[in-house]
Amino acid sequence: MSERLEVRRTAKLFIGGEFPRSESGRTFEVRGADGELLAHAARASRKDLRDAVKAARAAQGSWAARTAYNRGQILYRVAEMMEGRRAQFESELADAGIDGSAREVSTAIDRWVWYAGWADKLAQVVGGTNPVAGPYFNFTLPEPTGVVGVVAPDEPPLLGLASRLAPAIVGGNTAVVVVGERASLVTVSFGEVLATSDVPGGVVNLLTGSKAELLPWLAGHMDVNALDLTGCPAELAADTEVTAAENVKRVHRASDVDPYDPRAQSPYEITALLEMKTVWHPIGA
Amino acid sequence: MSDATIEPTTRPAQPVAPPADWTYAPAPESTDIVRLEDRYGLFIGGDFVEPKSGKHFPTINPATEDTLAEVAEAGAEDVDVAVAAARDAYDSTWRDMPGSERAKYLFRIARQLAERSREFAVLESMNGGKPIKESRDVDLPLAAAHFFYYAGWADKLEYAFPHVVPKPIGVAGQVIPWNFPLLMAAWKLAPALAAGNTVVLKPAETTPLTALLLGQVIQEADLPPGVVNIVTGAGATGAALTGHDGIDKVAFTGSTEVGKTIQRQLAGSGTRLTLELGGKAANIVFEDAPIDQAVEGVVNGIFFNQGHVCCAGSRLLVEEPVFEELLDKLKERLQTLRVGDPLDKNTDVGAINSKQQLTKIRELVDSGVDEGAEIYQPDCVLPDRGFWFAPTLFTNVSQSHRIAREEIFGPVLSILTFRTPEEAVEKANNTPYGLSAGIWTEKGSRILWMAEKLRAGVVWANTFNRFDPTSPFGGYKESGFGREGGLHGLEPYLQLEGRP
Repeated sequence: MSERLEVRRTAKLFIGGEFPRSESGRTFEVRGADGELLAHAARASRKDLRDAVKAARAAQGSWAARTAYNRGQILYRVAEMMEGRRAQFESELADAGIDGSAREVSTAIDRWVWYAGWADKLAQVVGGTNPVAGPYFNFTLPEPTGVVGVVAPDEPPLLGLASRLAPAIVGGNTAVVVVGERASLVTVSFGEVLATSDVPGGVVNLLTGSKAELLPWLAGHMDVNALDLTGCPAELAADTEVTAAENVKRVHRASDVDPYDPRAQSPYEITALLEMKTVWHPIGA
Repeated sequence: MSDATIEPTTRPAQPVAPPADWTYAPAPESTDIVRLEDRYGLFIGGDFVEPKSGKHFPTINPATEDTLAEVAEAGAEDVDVAVAAARDAYDSTWRDMPGSERAKYLFRIARQLAERSREFAVLESMNGGKPIKESRDVDLPLAAAHFFYYAGWADKLEYAFPHVVPKPIGVAGQVIPWNFPLLMAAWKLAPALAAGNTVVLKPAETTPLTALLLGQVIQEADLPPGVVNIVTGAGATGAALTGHDGIDKVAFTGSTEVGKTIQRQLAGSGTRLTLELGGKAANIVFEDAPIDQAVEGVVNGIFFNQGHVCCAGSRLLVEEPVFEELLDKLKERLQTLRVGDPLDKNTDVGAINSKQQLTKIRELVDSGVDEGAEIYQPDCVLPDRGFWFAPTLFTNVSQSHRIAREEIFGPVLSILTFRTPEEAVEKANNTPYGLSAGIWTEKGSRILWMAEKLRAGVVWANTFNRFDPTSPFGGYKESGFGREGGLHGLEPYLQLEGRP
């Protein structure tokens, strides 16, 4: 009996809710831990990055304008979709030679659930009213800072992505994520989760490729407001931050707590990429 | 919109402003209360010491150009000593001192500032050129209140941020501007000290004297030596401080240009950074606004402290139907502003802080005229000596004009118009800055709608340039990051480690 021939997947980028190849036509080889060729993944170019920023900017206003309850539901939906793809994630992580893939997938899913619940609680915990000495109702609320560039950690790929991306978008930002070659296939699968999770196109954009090639363009883009450099290689950090100063980008790095430690999830990971707005509203009869 | 039976305006036919040639009896505040020394050292390790650099520079009164004193110029070696003193104090006393004790030191400072507020206010006006009315009624009360507010946090940090163990960061290097010299020192020092950090503070080159007087207050309050160190100097001193290896946290208030330089300087170092930079705030007046109140708010928004205010309302956006009425009233009001001796209790607009700043203001105002905007200045006689600039309005301003895009940091207002709230939002947000904004309307729902849409850290409704220690202040976009004031102002000075 002849075996059925497997249908292989093309590993593409995820930009504006669609799955384009790189405009450059370039790919890179993804090999498993045993050296087996797994795929030719799209290698994003600076033009792909600019397309991604454009898509993220276009999506930002309406994403932020959704109710917090709705954003929470959508992030929760991401977790639901991930649960349905457990086996695929586990095998992709194992193929990449990453140990403990079942635990990683479980923790990553739980992390999306944890951050989903913050959507409609954050303002109550980190905002507040301020008792100013005068006839004003004065309050401070968190607001999105805009488009966030996220440099995803190489390891653990799926949990690292969850730990950086969920806090980046739950408060109304949109994201352009640069993912290194190592984590590329599981990231492509995660993009497919996003595409089926009611996450509006453009809210998350995933670019696989070379961090060294893409980071200068991400850091220098004038329409990117903040960077999460947790996954930025040490040798690229200083140059990336110098470039980021051009439009005073907020630069955040998570502490080096083990991502499996519960302390790795925190509302301050969300606020690190948000603004605080203070409003003085008059009081008078 | 208005009731047809009501006259549109009730303004008198003749301007209410007094003629320009009227003279006023002077009402000067006495300077006897200030005891200036000929020469000031650096405040390091609890003592005023001679600078190792061996250099001093004169600090002047910008209203007279007279030298007030010589001030030490800290070199790199002096900064080393100051940072080492701060580190010693951090390790040996301040970090591990119970918060309740740190609190009492800060309460002492707050009280002493209040006790000596007149002396500080006069000195502030002498060294910086701001009207005594403002230094007396705004700068000093707010500075004392700021220390008082954060004093109370020192032993309550565990309540400020849920589920974290709050720990100080270490030694903070703080660089402050010349527009609110003492108040900015208070904004920087109070939260840093309350959180358990020690500090090296660099006051602005042109306005070091109240910070040095604060050094005396800190001595008298018996703060452990080295908890606060004050190094005077210019840009090189600031760069030596912000780039120093021994600094764990940098806080800077000043221009966006210098802020970017510091951000680049610290790139990759892991040093914590907060920046409070420039602004080009829109003050937005709707048709239904209480016009007379709005006129006062617009005047306060741009002429307060000669417009040397990062959050100044330097772009006025007026809804078209009330443009002419508002402009007439503004011109009339400008005619009543009294420009002159900062120490005169009736002065509204004092001296420009420095010759350098005056040159910058003139250059930008010239560009406004050259680019085709229409200038208006009231008749006013400016003193012969010192640095002065008349209150200035520009109409026929387009969004592409430099005077509509660049921070002038002077008494210069650019006026534009709009037709719909959406257009007002778009114009207000059309700037790389995002520090503050003002909204004038009687409609509460519109205030909140606008406040939500404006990309600025502070939004004032039917008021402007109002500050309070409990109210967080800071910018979006190129106006910087981090907040000062309120609970949020503690965060830059704490490590928020999750509770295990």
